[in-house]
Amino acid sequence: MMVTYREALRMGLREALAGDERVFLMGEDVGKYGGTYAVSKGMLEEFGPERVRDTPLSELAFVGAGVGAALAGLRPIVEVMTVNFSLLALDQIVNNAALLRHMSGGQLSVPLVVRMATGAGRQLAAQHSHSLEGWYAHIPGVKIVAQGTIEDARGMLAAALKDPDPVLVFEYPALYDVKGELGEGAVDIASSKVRRAGNKVTLVTYGGCVPKCLKAAEEIDGDVIDLRVLRPLDMAPVLESVRKTRRAVVVDEGWKSGGLAAEIMARIMEEGFYDLDAPVARVCSEEVPVPYAAHLEQAALPQPEKIVAAAKGLFG
Amino acid sequence: MSAQVAPPPSGPVPYPPQVSLQLLADMLRIRRLEEKCAELYSAGKIRGFLHLYIGEEAVAAGAMRALAPEDNVVATYREHGQALLRGVSMAKIMAEMYGKREGCSGGRGGSMHLFDAATRFYGGNAIVGGGLPLAVGMGLATKLKREKRVTACFFGDGAVAEGVFHESMNLAQLWRLPVVFFCENNLYAMGTAIERYESQTDLCLKAAAFGMATMKVDGMDVVAVHDAAAKARKHALEAPVFVEFQTYRFRAHSMFDPELYRDKKEIEAWKTRGPIHTFSARLKAQGDLKEEQFLEMDAAVMREVDQAVEFAEAGTWEPVEELTRHVYAP
Repeated sequence: MMVTYREALRMGLREALAGDERVFLMGEDVGKYGGTYAVSKGMLEEFGPERVRDTPLSELAFVGAGVGAALAGLRPIVEVMTVNFSLLALDQIVNNAALLRHMSGGQLSVPLVVRMATGAGRQLAAQHSHSLEGWYAHIPGVKIVAQGTIEDARGMLAAALKDPDPVLVFEYPALYDVKGELGEGAVDIASSKVRRAGNKVTLVTYGGCVPKCLKAAEEIDGDVIDLRVLRPLDMAPVLESVRKTRRAVVVDEGWKSGGLAAEIMARIMEEGFYDLDAPVARVCSEEVPVPYAAHLEQAALPQPEKIVAAAKGLFG
Repeated sequence: MSAQVAPPPSGPVPYPPQVSLQLLADMLRIRRLEEKCAELYSAGKIRGFLHLYIGEEAVAAGAMRALAPEDNVVATYREHGQALLRGVSMAKIMAEMYGKREGCSGGRGGSMHLFDAATRFYGGNAIVGGGLPLAVGMGLATKLKREKRVTACFFGDGAVAEGVFHESMNLAQLWRLPVVFFCENNLYAMGTAIERYESQTDLCLKAAAFGMATMKVDGMDVVAVHDAAAKARKHALEAPVFVEFQTYRFRAHSMFDPELYRDKKEIEAWKTRGPIHTFSARLKAQGDLKEEQFLEMDAAVMREVDQAVEFAEAGTWEPVEELTRHVYAP
């Protein structure tokens, strides 16, 4: 079935609400407005205001309420409009959701799902365009997943709701209108996946950069690994690929300094150093807040040409 | 809600004609600028989020004209009107929306992030409530430096639900800082109606809970706004004040908004209270404005808009080699 990424997200949300009475959705403008990016359109009409709840603009309170509802046995899906706004809720995510199991000596469980949009590409300027997934991936106690394909846009939510721990599910507005074939069957939130088989170089990526890597891979015979889960990382497919290609480029829309790409590179170094024929390279966003002007925004982000150039650079 | 719209603002305008005509021209400049922006958005010249102020012009006009040049202004992502009346040229605002380097933020900010240090216009903040503590800090600096200025902080009703609103109110009152909190209550936080997200919809009571002086004002009446803002500024030189302007936006929240959450009849009812036509009718009734004068004024504003578009069109793209500028001091 051909669907857009947005439709796939909506299908996942519908299935989650229809499949489990304990599941409810809350967030800013998820109901009457139909979702900021129209993902939750029609949900209020179908499931009613009890289970599709519009909240005040109060990220700290409603994410915290999600933690509480999860503690008390429900399965909340909390939507935060963009990752930038999630910084207003950081305290509840980092100091409560991530820690309660540990601090209680394993007595408590927080089966909370937080969905949020992340990444650039729509000229929404610096306060609506950043990729902060890497920050969250630093925190033990939460799981971080990135929906880089139509299949994951639909299926990851169900897997996240089954998880007994808090899961942050990142979706990519730059992909909302991308159309593709939706396969049958469930997906996990535990493994990295090979999205394209190639021989010359391993491209490791996630989220909004998956299509960019697939494009670049055509030119350089790349093996594309979609990490999918940013915490805890599944490095096995990456290391396996590196054994084959002997070269790797990590592609990450986050900034380079102190970012997730650095972590991936370090793991390859730790666990696959002797398989390498060249230092691992990376393509990240430029060290600048995302500018509004279209040409500058695009120049700030990883692009297929930059990925191709980085890969070719590994061949001396 | 649509049934409860008050009658249009009416009654004599107690200002000399030059003051009244200035306020009218101010509102008209915002209106025509934004109508053009909507057109240019459809044409693909302006991108990203574009939030129009159409319907709310009396608030910016009445309030901005009550401020002094030495005052600070902090605004939201719906700030075209405040920027324009603060003295940022229409041309530089338009160029910014085009993303051109001649724009007031060099093309880095766009519609939501208009800045102009020269006129003490501190943006253009797209995090709801994000400007409130900045205004508190500016007020603190004024007090510590023994200066005489106020900081005017604009924000919407939606911001009142954020924790940072309450924390900012408390600090401002506790330290008696020279800040005017201008709340533009347009009854919706994006698409959620105020009675659906506030347990207490009388917003003045929230500020009053901190012991702060409050004023509730008809935000569609530029006279009421201007008088209140002038009083508020005077008050703020001694202690902070919260002013709720009750207003209404005639257009969607942003250009992405299909407006599924409100009745068209409600919008039509509020349009009878439109700030521009009601004000010009009052001026005409007391002989301070003739139709030809209005048409002349409008034509002049349209010329300004056309020139702004020409300026933006003729503007240049910042070279990509300069991408990483403006991250740290040079």
